[in-house]
Amino acid sequence: MTGETILKVERLTKTYPTAAGPLTVLHEVSFAIMAGATCAIVGPSGSGKTTLLGLCAGLDRPSGGTVALAGREIGGLDEDGRARIRNEAVGFVFQNFQLVPTLTALENVLVPLELRGEGGGEGEARALLERVGLGARLDHYPVKLSGGEQQRVALARAFVNRPRILFCDEPTGNLDGDTAHAMVELIFGLNRERGTTLVLVTHDLELARRTQRIIRLRHGAVASDELGTA
Amino acid sequence: MSFILKMAWRDTRASRRRLLLYSLSIVLGVAALTGISALGDNLRGAIDSQAKGLLGADLNVTGRREFTEKTIARLRATGGELATSIATNTMADFGNGGRRLVSLTAVEGGFPFYGEVETVPADAYARLREPNAAIIEETAMTQAGLAVGSEIRLGATTFTIVGALKKYPGLSPFTSMFAPRVEVSMAALRGTGLLQRGSLSQHNAYLKLPPGADAEALKKTLRDELRGERLGFTTAEERKEQLGDALKNLFSFVSLVGFLALFLGAVGVASAMHVFIRQRLATVAVLRCLGASVRTSFAIYLVQGLGLGLAGSLLGAGLGLSLQAVLPALLRDYVPYQIAFAVSWRALFTGLGAGVGISALFTLLPLLNVRRVAPLHVLRSGFEDDFVRPDPLRYAVYAAIGAAMWAVGALQMSSWRLGLAFSLGMIASFAVLAGVAELIIWAARRVRTGGLPYTWRQGIANVHRPNNRTALLMLSLGLGTFMLLTLALTRASLLAKLRGLDLGERPNLMFFDVQADQIDRLKEIARREGVPLAKVTPIVTMRLGALKGRTVEEIGADKANTVPAWALRREYRSTFRAALDDTEQVTAGKFEGAAPAGEARAPVSVEAWLAKDLQLGVGDELDFNVQGVVVKAVIGSVRQVDWQRMQTNFFFVFPPGPLDGAPATYAAATRTGSTDEAARLQKAVAKEMPNVSAIDLGFIVRLLDGIFTKIAWAISFLASFTVATGVVVLVSAVLMGRHQRVREAVLLRTLGAQRRQLRQIMLAEYTVLGLLAAATGGGLAVLANGLLAKLLFKVSAVPPWPWLAAAVVMVTALTIVTGLLANRGVSGHPPLEILRQET
Repeated sequence: MTGETILKVERLTKTYPTAAGPLTVLHEVSFAIMAGATCAIVGPSGSGKTTLLGLCAGLDRPSGGTVALAGREIGGLDEDGRARIRNEAVGFVFQNFQLVPTLTALENVLVPLELRGEGGGEGEARALLERVGLGARLDHYPVKLSGGEQQRVALARAFVNRPRILFCDEPTGNLDGDTAHAMVELIFGLNRERGTTLVLVTHDLELARRTQRIIRLRHGAVASDELGTA
Repeated sequence: MSFILKMAWRDTRASRRRLLLYSLSIVLGVAALTGISALGDNLRGAIDSQAKGLLGADLNVTGRREFTEKTIARLRATGGELATSIATNTMADFGNGGRRLVSLTAVEGGFPFYGEVETVPADAYARLREPNAAIIEETAMTQAGLAVGSEIRLGATTFTIVGALKKYPGLSPFTSMFAPRVEVSMAALRGTGLLQRGSLSQHNAYLKLPPGADAEALKKTLRDELRGERLGFTTAEERKEQLGDALKNLFSFVSLVGFLALFLGAVGVASAMHVFIRQRLATVAVLRCLGASVRTSFAIYLVQGLGLGLAGSLLGAGLGLSLQAVLPALLRDYVPYQIAFAVSWRALFTGLGAGVGISALFTLLPLLNVRRVAPLHVLRSGFEDDFVRPDPLRYAVYAAIGAAMWAVGALQMSSWRLGLAFSLGMIASFAVLAGVAELIIWAARRVRTGGLPYTWRQGIANVHRPNNRTALLMLSLGLGTFMLLTLALTRASLLAKLRGLDLGERPNLMFFDVQADQIDRLKEIARREGVPLAKVTPIVTMRLGALKGRTVEEIGADKANTVPAWALRREYRSTFRAALDDTEQVTAGKFEGAAPAGEARAPVSVEAWLAKDLQLGVGDELDFNVQGVVVKAVIGSVRQVDWQRMQTNFFFVFPPGPLDGAPATYAAATRTGSTDEAARLQKAVAKEMPNVSAIDLGFIVRLLDGIFTKIAWAISFLASFTVATGVVVLVSAVLMGRHQRVREAVLLRTLGAQRRQLRQIMLAEYTVLGLLAAATGGGLAVLANGLLAKLLFKVSAVPPWPWLAAAVVMVTALTIVTGLLANRGVSGHPPLEILRQET
């Protein structure tokens, strides 16, 4: 840990309008995560985990409260401002991989750099794909890759822009046991190697226990915030 | 920028063939526009390069009587080369039993000075100098079953055909359909005895001016100097402009057909883009998650939309240029000169620009959604993007589309009002079809189908399922039906009117140029042949001498005069009778059947439109010059005349008496019971009175029928571009929904549905859509035909039901066949195989 706060959430609230009236899915959630730390957000279905992840990563706007990411308050930024922060400081791994189906594995990994207008990132992308064990499948399209392989491409993509914080949403949710285990090793391995902050949303308590801190959500509020065993 | 282009290209990897198919929607519209525009350019080029050949001379002088010595001397004094010609319409007896009205022409001098005369054999034109030699237009020669060496009788002379006329400067095959040209030598023409006093003949003088002479200035000088000679003047430049203007109007109208196809195609492309974008929402969300700005993600898909338009436009422009090989053949009968093929870059870029521009405008509508894709979409697949909130840009695009339609219409028709009518008409048609589609979706959701078999219930339910293409199918099918049926109904209405002329007891055979001393004999011949004359009408030619106390020369010289020159100068062919005809109706004053005794002025009846042009009303006085004798008259009545009736109608009708003793010719009419009877009578008359011309109305009706059929075919050919576009859009629409249909089919197959049942479901769905689209398009066509018939053509609209029924059956069948073909393979494979392939 470096002692710097990378993510600071204060009194974060999210309410959706519904036919039956406003529905509050997050209610005044507050916490802070230090740079380089690993943290898991756990809770039963409907407890607000994914909503919280979306708000922390700047994918959505809060109804109340603030989110400071990498030193910047993102609630006041417009969509393009948040997109810039995501591109510069954030990496994502999703449960359902979210690769662009029309791009090869290598091209998928290169997208964040190309969006930034950076050329010459191909060596880094190739190295990352080598690192996740896909050095021989650079030119394969997602449809030709297994679920585990797709998730490894997604992981390489998440690290290619050297993010300061990595958000993982149920990264092993769609993978079988052995593949999931290998995936977890890769996530934590890369995280350690690159000193990235890791925020993990999961149902899997065993996986959560590998992080330094576990935040439990229940009915949209923080039920407990405890240090893990890792 | 490079990322945007790279990503736009990469993103199409899995769907390039499909996207290319979607882009085909605009191919035919662009092809029609490019082809028509290029042909227009080539025609204009041909007019420019053959300007003098169109007239055959630098200046053409026309008159209705022999040129005076003064005229000829003045024309010779110009220093140019002079040629003259005389043409008169007369009956030709082909010797093989056939007879036909022809334009008998003779030329003296070196005309044509420009352009070529083409005959078969090539030396036929030179052989006209031989005694009693004639050449006749090739088409008429073929129709009459004549050949070189055949004999034809014209007036009192029998001629030998020495060749067929293929090409002659300024000669239009279209006008020749009525009276084909037969050319003989001037001496031979005068020997026929057909140029009697009172006969209708056209006299032309042609001048080839010395190099550098100003034809326009000479025309003005001659017009002033020869004012009393009642001559018409046309320069080669004027003829070029007249033709150019006529072509511009024609091409403007025809181009609208191309634009209609293009707009329909653009709707098809936009609809395909809509489906494509829906499938790309996840990718957009991922890109947004990875840091792509709204502008970047929008630009990626805008590039794709533009690429789609460009691909379709390039194909269309290429096809359009090759269309030029076909279009000249369509115009062959209407254009009096050669059309050379040349690539028109202007047309090419017009087609490309219109294709890319219009498809881009329509494609913007679905693309705007890309701006509102939330990155949160990646976390929740069911997340609803912000597509509901009103989008000001969307309204701006709608406004731009409306403005584009207006601009296109206004530019093509050179009138912002007509452009507005075109755009509103198009928007209204689109709106009616889209509205009916909404109504169908609404009704399909609510209609009780409980009593129907399952397959029909499922098929009807498909009409309103989410992501259906009902509106697009309605638009493509409905618009195609609308256009074709309107054309068919309009043609049928016009033909019904024409054929109606031949019905009833009205005369159907008319004789003209009957001299006063021939009329009793004509009556006798007709009685002998068993078809007595029903009506004999005297015709007296006259000119206006004075109006309301001022001579026509004074009026013409008056700068403030607003009476058209032609109305003052023309030769009027008037009649006298005691009663109104059944085609006439008095709108002001009282029709006088007799000249009141002791009155200095005869009460005449004037036709309503002419009265307006001459600014005449009841009680106004006027003087006529009846072949040298002044006849004083006063307007006794104004009458409306139904000019569409094929009979002798007149601008001025006198009461019997005042024109007694004036040189008159007669027109006579009779009703024959059969073609044979008509032929027998014509033969008998031609034998004794070769100068008398006959017009068989049955023949004219058949001739017009042929012309209408040709024109209708040419327009149908162009309209077929819209219809074919409709079919392409239909196929695209079906293919767009194929992915979803495959999933449904797989599910139903998994649950045990038979292939037959899946086909029945599709059959039910396409039957409902085809039926309703055809009925709506057909309904619009019936309405349009009713309006066109009443307001434009002033005829009765034909009963539309048989046409409507045929259209509904054909369009429904087309929809079913297209739908089933485009969905081939959906139900033909085991569920697992399809799951692996498609999902």
